[in-house]
Amino acid sequence: MSIHVVAPGSLTTVQDLGRFGHTHIGVGHAGAMDAVALRLANLLVGNDENAAALEITLRGPILRFDDGALIAITGGEIEAHDENGIVTTWRPFHVRAGCTVDIGHLRSGSRAYLAVRGGLGVEAVLDSRSTDVNTCLGPFGGRALIMGDVVPTMLHSIEHTVHATWSLDPSPWFDERADRPIGLIPGAHFSHLDVQSQQSLFAREFRIGSQSNRVGYRLQGHALRLREPLELVSEGVVPGTVQLPPDGEPIVLMAEAPTTGGYPRIGHIAAVDLPRLAQRRPGQTVRFAEMSPDEAQTRYLQRERELVALRQSIIERLKA
Amino acid sequence: MTTSSIEPLGDGALLIRLGDSIDAATNRTAIALAGALCAADIFGVRDIAPAYASVCVRYEMSSADFATISTRLRSIVDSIKTAEYSVDTDVTEIPVCYGGKFGPDLDAVAAHASISVDHVIDRHVDANYEVAMLGFMPGFPYLRGLDPTLHTPRLATPRTRVPAGSVAIGGAQTGIYPRELPGGWRIIGRTPLRLFDSARETPALLSPGQKVRFTRIGPDEFAAMRR
Repeated sequence: MSIHVVAPGSLTTVQDLGRFGHTHIGVGHAGAMDAVALRLANLLVGNDENAAALEITLRGPILRFDDGALIAITGGEIEAHDENGIVTTWRPFHVRAGCTVDIGHLRSGSRAYLAVRGGLGVEAVLDSRSTDVNTCLGPFGGRALIMGDVVPTMLHSIEHTVHATWSLDPSPWFDERADRPIGLIPGAHFSHLDVQSQQSLFAREFRIGSQSNRVGYRLQGHALRLREPLELVSEGVVPGTVQLPPDGEPIVLMAEAPTTGGYPRIGHIAAVDLPRLAQRRPGQTVRFAEMSPDEAQTRYLQRERELVALRQSIIERLKA
Repeated sequence: MTTSSIEPLGDGALLIRLGDSIDAATNRTAIALAGALCAADIFGVRDIAPAYASVCVRYEMSSADFATISTRLRSIVDSIKTAEYSVDTDVTEIPVCYGGKFGPDLDAVAAHASISVDHVIDRHVDANYEVAMLGFMPGFPYLRGLDPTLHTPRLATPRTRVPAGSVAIGGAQTGIYPRELPGGWRIIGRTPLRLFDSARETPALLSPGQKVRFTRIGPDEFAAMRR
């Protein structure tokens, strides 16, 4: 079975949970920006959480399925259609052979995920099927999908069955209102900020700059200053690291973060909140709440427990 | 090692810091430590990468936390000594066609050093380099060992495209662009070798700790090697 790209949308890429074990040769993680939404989409079609799926950005693609498929769409809010009407999101959904699905614009959030039962059958590059657009690594030569691309799936065909009548409640996993503070752990160089900048980081609202992408989010509106310049040698950075370049506009490194950086690290987004930040759009605002590493870890483990419980009930449902 | 520290890098990674400057002893210790950590195969660790003066360790938060993992790491860090660094005697030769269209900043580097272009090339070729770290981009090597007379400040305005294979100087560092990228380093030449190819069994041509020398080739040889 294959999916034909009739129209590519603004940035549609193949993603899994990322590429690990290669940072020593400068290869970063990439993978889904909202990893939780990707995992849930996969669970809804009975896949391994790490199966390759499509990450859809702002304007979705138009896709033709040449055979029957079981799909699930999660993440930001969209109104997808096939020839028979609305494609319901956050549930397993059968697409008939030959059907064309128009994913449409995201109404809120900035990324949606479309998983197909069996997963996308693209070849792994350095142990991962994720696309690193910035370094041109991964499926399709490491680029976003374009018109005419044919994306293979692992399974041949799924016979049409009755649609599921249940769906997941997105609210625990997706902030529709995009106003919840994002957890931020102070970084190694936070104490080098001047007093006002230390306060601003947690008291002010930042605007997500238009240059923001899968590599990083630029935070605008309140330039932050160091007490005095810092000369640093390049060292490791990770998705979630908040760097402060000389212009004073912090950059949050996202999924396609480079493996090393030389700017001061004023903070790190708590891993549990990184998917939420990834759903904010350029032009939207973000506020940060100070979080200790312990609290960040506790909240992360709490969410993982919720996901494990949810996975169990989805598996039961899919059996029924 | 008593001067090291382990600091969190957010909640799923940490840095083992061995120093805060660029020097051979610290860098070699970082590379040796990264090797020892890989060999220890610590549960929950999924990425280990040495840098100039630190090692970055990324771990799976569901299977490890900072306190537990730093205790495990500490015992390995304490057992590492610079002397244990096994010096690899193999030297990788990187052929470079200097100047002309391949090295648009060669004249500027010569002017900055107040020496002739040929002397710049001689000094770049005569030095012994070691790969300090790979970073910034897949397969991008940061090399230690640049002759101090060749240290040249970066361009005030970075170029929007630097071709793949470009050999460049940025301050005290020299490196090679694995693919076409924007960049602000001074480009003095270009190698026909492919620094990174994800389809190769060993995708990166160079790895941390590797010894490197540059050799001078002409445009004809460059073209022949490219074919």
